[in-house]
Amino acid sequence: MSHQAQVDQVLLRPPRSLWRDAWRRLIANRLARLGMAISIFFIVVAILVPFAFPYDAKIDSDLVNQLMAPSSQHLMGTDEQGRDVLNRIAQGAQASLGVGLGAVSIAVVLGTLLGLVSGFAGKWIDLVMMFVMDILLAFPGLLLAIAVVALIGPGLRNSLLAISVVSIPVYARIARSTVLSLKEQEFVTAARCVGAPSQRILFRHVFPNSLSPILVQGTLGIATAILEIAALGFLGLGQQPPYPEWGAMLADSVKYLTSGAWWVLLFPGFAIMLTVLGFNLLGDGLRDALDPRLRID
Amino acid sequence: MLRYFIKRVFTVLPVLIGVSMLVFGFLRLIPGDPATVMLGERATPENIARVREQLGLNKPIYEQYFIFLGNALRGDLGTSVLRQEPVTQEIVRRFPATIELTLGAILVALVVGIPAGIISAVRRGSWFDTVSMLIALTGVSMPIFWLGLMLVFFFAVSLHVLPTGGRLEASSNFEPITNLLLLDSLLRGDFGTFLQALRHLALPAIALGTIPMAIIARMTRSAMLEVLSQDYIRTAHAKGLKERTVVIRHALRNAWLPVITVIGLQVGRLLSGAILTETVFSWPGIGRWLVDAIYTRDYPIVQGVTLFIAIVFVGVNLTVDLLYAWADPRIKFE
Repeated sequence: MSHQAQVDQVLLRPPRSLWRDAWRRLIANRLARLGMAISIFFIVVAILVPFAFPYDAKIDSDLVNQLMAPSSQHLMGTDEQGRDVLNRIAQGAQASLGVGLGAVSIAVVLGTLLGLVSGFAGKWIDLVMMFVMDILLAFPGLLLAIAVVALIGPGLRNSLLAISVVSIPVYARIARSTVLSLKEQEFVTAARCVGAPSQRILFRHVFPNSLSPILVQGTLGIATAILEIAALGFLGLGQQPPYPEWGAMLADSVKYLTSGAWWVLLFPGFAIMLTVLGFNLLGDGLRDALDPRLRID
Repeated sequence: MLRYFIKRVFTVLPVLIGVSMLVFGFLRLIPGDPATVMLGERATPENIARVREQLGLNKPIYEQYFIFLGNALRGDLGTSVLRQEPVTQEIVRRFPATIELTLGAILVALVVGIPAGIISAVRRGSWFDTVSMLIALTGVSMPIFWLGLMLVFFFAVSLHVLPTGGRLEASSNFEPITNLLLLDSLLRGDFGTFLQALRHLALPAIALGTIPMAIIARMTRSAMLEVLSQDYIRTAHAKGLKERTVVIRHALRNAWLPVITVIGLQVGRLLSGAILTETVFSWPGIGRWLVDAIYTRDYPIVQGVTLFIAIVFVGVNLTVDLLYAWADPRIKFE
């Protein structure tokens, strides 16, 4: 093959984007694949189960079959009201995943926006915004979420709000630090020289560069949010009875701890752990895939 | 160095003022009249007036804040509405229980996490490495209250080897000094109580310590791996030093810093976690007190404890920062 033909062949290859490369690296990672499978499984359960098997928590009770051990009829046994634990876990996925994804989405959008504006505007806007973020970060996350829920009242929607407020500073900081590191670079100066307006520079040139750290942090943030919603549920501040939620189910199981009903304790917690593990693995995988420099192995 | 210290300490002051404003605003943000919310709809007008007076709700808002701030600076965090106890006094009484729990958890995390991380790094790819990293991965994904409940179920309910909760047996009439029971029992020479307190501490400390343990193990492993691949380690091996010496004297020293940072970062998690762990194990610390106060809507307690925990958190973070700067001369200030 002539030299020119070789060059042509290379030139004819379809262009490989950064995201496509990252996707390949992600798919090649065994643990990341596992994490993705677990996360998708629970998301599908959360969407399909309430749709395919409509469930009315208010009328669900079977007092004849209270606290039955796992059997062929009830694969994960029944709880103190004779409700099928497996069904409650599947129905409860909606609460955990919904709040996890919802809270992180809100926090990502608001946080990124705040961070971008703050870093780009600089001066006193930056000072004030980052001061507010510092104050929010001065509280341990769960404590602040508990305080917010104590303030606005318990419930699933309020927990979602509380968890998103608590996670805003993380994304604001990431977005801001990308802006600060890019603001002085040539391509931004070039864009400004050709007369691009600030918004365009911010959203078309700077913002895409903060996407990958935010994506990684967001995925790991879903895991944290699911743990937090479970903790609020466990403390009786999240989802209220009789509606199913994993943390609240665990709180109910405490009363039956001494009676040996291990299944009401084991399975809801296992569901939480598995979901959180899934998002953690996926997040770790994304980090390795998006930033090859950080790879250890 | 000293200048950096002073500067760093001063950056914390505005944050603390902001924190106090937020916590102060907390009570005022409750929809409706705080006094009515706390006492319930059926409260008598006299009681409501009394609580309004006690909370200082009749004064202008800025004056209320300065009174709040002034009182807080003098160590007065208000009075519980329901039981009329000064909040500060209760915090002083209960906080040692939380400290004991948290220190126990840190100890568990360090004693297991660091050696596990080192061995995993040295024997990278071995079954020990695989298993411990698998445990670490599930450890960070576990809700600690669930882990706590499972520990209670297994060790207390099924095997009857450890107590289900509390700090001492109900029958114990031990008189604490500092309310750090392990210390107090030793001070009094009461070895029986010491063992009892230790048995009560074991499960909560393991439950609270698991997540930090997992994170510390992972961090130690990756920090060690990075150091072990460096030239001076090869040199040390080439000199014929024993494996043990190379790992402990040469590698570990330089792997310490990221590990210290991570330990510092765990403090917030431990304080949050203590709220959950204390609830599971009926541990009479400030975390469980906070949760109880939320149920009874005793807002001065919620306010006081939240402010207190935030101050502790900020203080610990500052200390870790300063320690870090002190421990690593390579860090440049400014």
